[in-house]
Amino acid sequence: MPHSYPALSAEQKKELSDIALRIVAPGKGILAADESVGSMAKRLSQIGVENTEENRRLYRQVLFSADDRVKKCIGGVIFFHETLYQKDDNGVPFVRTIQDKGIVVAGCENKLVGTVLAGLDGLSERCAQYKKDGADFAKWRCVLKISERTPSALAILENANVLARYASICQQNGIVPIVEPEILPDGDHDLKRCQYVTEKVLAAVYKALSDHHVYLEGTLLKPNMVTPGHACPIKYTPEEIAMATVTALRRTVPPAVPGVTFLSGGQSEEEASFNLNAINRCPLPRPWALTFSYGRALQASALNAWRGQRDNAGAATEEFIKRAEVNGLAAQGKYEGSGEDGGAAAQSLYIANHAY
Amino acid sequence: MAHRFPALTQEQKKELSEIAQSIVANGKGILAADESVGTMGNRLQRIKVENTEENRRQFREILFSVDSSINQSIGGVILFHETLYQKDSQGKLFRNILKEKGIVVGIKLDQGGAPLAGTNKETTIQGLDGLSERCAQYKKDGVDFGKWRAVLRIADQCPSSLAIQENANALARYASICQQNGLVPIVEPEIIPDGDHDLEHCQYVTEKVLAAVYKALNDHHVYLEGTLLKPNMVTAGHACTKKYTPEQVAMATVTALHRTVPAAVPGICFLSGGMSEEDATLNLNAINLCPLPKPWKLSFSYGRALLQTRRQPRRLL
Repeated sequence: MPHSYPALSAEQKKELSDIALRIVAPGKGILAADESVGSMAKRLSQIGVENTEENRRLYRQVLFSADDRVKKCIGGVIFFHETLYQKDDNGVPFVRTIQDKGIVVAGCENKLVGTVLAGLDGLSERCAQYKKDGADFAKWRCVLKISERTPSALAILENANVLARYASICQQNGIVPIVEPEILPDGDHDLKRCQYVTEKVLAAVYKALSDHHVYLEGTLLKPNMVTPGHACPIKYTPEEIAMATVTALRRTVPPAVPGVTFLSGGQSEEEASFNLNAINRCPLPRPWALTFSYGRALQASALNAWRGQRDNAGAATEEFIKRAEVNGLAAQGKYEGSGEDGGAAAQSLYIANHAY
Repeated sequence: MAHRFPALTQEQKKELSEIAQSIVANGKGILAADESVGTMGNRLQRIKVENTEENRRQFREILFSVDSSINQSIGGVILFHETLYQKDSQGKLFRNILKEKGIVVGIKLDQGGAPLAGTNKETTIQGLDGLSERCAQYKKDGVDFGKWRAVLRIADQCPSSLAIQENANALARYASICQQNGLVPIVEPEIIPDGDHDLEHCQYVTEKVLAAVYKALNDHHVYLEGTLLKPNMVTAGHACTKKYTPEQVAMATVTALHRTVPAAVPGICFLSGGMSEEDATLNLNAINLCPLPKPWKLSFSYGRALLQTRRQPRRLL
């Protein structure tokens, strides 16, 4: 068993590792603005806005026109394919606006074909193109579900393998892969069950990454927090969630991984921030950065404030900046709470069987 | 897939985790005094001492009769079966002497290698038969941790996937059975230094082996917080012409570990694998100074490297 075929040169490794570290620098996390056309349809219909390409452009403009305050709390933005090539009202490509703020850009790699994740075919060429177009990281989301007999060993193995292939191909093209094995919160299982399943899934993911010679220092992990199912009658505190989450990660995620950027998975904006904060205050030793990669949990208030009206754009952008700053603090365990209850921030963002 | 069948209760987990932490607390390490009868024969022959049970007893008495300050640096001692039941010249059981010094007593649990047919002379480890009953008895007799040494080598077509898989699986079974009986399993997947491979090759192999070991431990529901790892340091093969500094050894070693060993593992106690006492200590020191993140304690589980000098001046009559 030789190592005579290293997957990456020392320069390639350094580039990947530098990108990863920039994204999860202290106090920074990721804005997941990669909702597919279908997902955007759901979001926009909730605020009575038609799902046109122009409206999607206007909405992303609200987010990306945030001022320099976001520089200290947003390390990366994940773009949907369409958005990667869109421009603001002044004709400046969104990608350039984001990069000029020193924020790393990502494209979303996988596409749904029926219920089977496809996207490996031609992935290398797409990655090469995204890299040319300004993307330095990418995201691939695999979905697992907890029920009586699931996730099955096959589902775990197959998804872990796909994630590892994707990660390997990304790195070959200078792109840092964010590995996202999401275990959906659908169901009535308790916290312990979710922790158990999360440990099994993550162990399989890291074994697959090792088998595929993926350079861990040049990757990021985007897992679910360990939470009970949405229909579970037992309520848990942020501290319990934090302890279960950090324990699961400590048992499976090698210290070489520079950062863990949690998905919000339907938690309300406030919940997602409180839980992230509790995670960063958890007394167990944590050798990786623990931060956010939030979509809904960063955007709900902004979307609500915008409602498709140009006049609301400024206020909407402010809402986004506020959530970004709050999560930047939570990523350091420094969030003291906003004191607000109700409003968009506290509303659950859960959608059953959430797919893009 | 349910968690309805937890392998251990909260109390069992607490006990295991406390034992593991006490072994590696405050920079302490492990004395591996578990040489089999055959291996003791080799050692004693070099100082021209006959390999009798009494001579083996006397030699161990020298080790264990040091004063209590030894518990500042030794957290655990691994004994061979025979030694567990031997006494000092005053009739006191060795294991009680150690426990009174605050040192945790461990036992070697594997029973040697068995060949893997169809490979280039690779082996797996024996000892699973009746292991649970043996562990239960040892626990009654004052033992709190166990050790199981799997051996892999670097050569043409080695280590093969079969050898890695099989040894990782055996280690995981052993670990699971230990924990069921209140013993902390020390997991030892040794990649021996024989050969002329360079440092990078050893690092690559070590990463593959450790990844397989931790996957197997996870599959077997082993409670990582109640285990310790005893790996080889990453070094070039003995016959490699290139020489490396302790800092290079340290960087390669810690890199391999931090890519594979979860933070939940409380401690990593390196084997000395034939290194001189000096080298073993210099390398361990460099490892602890390595700038990479090291969320586990990094210590030693040395046999020859602690005992060489002690053997030399003694000539038994």
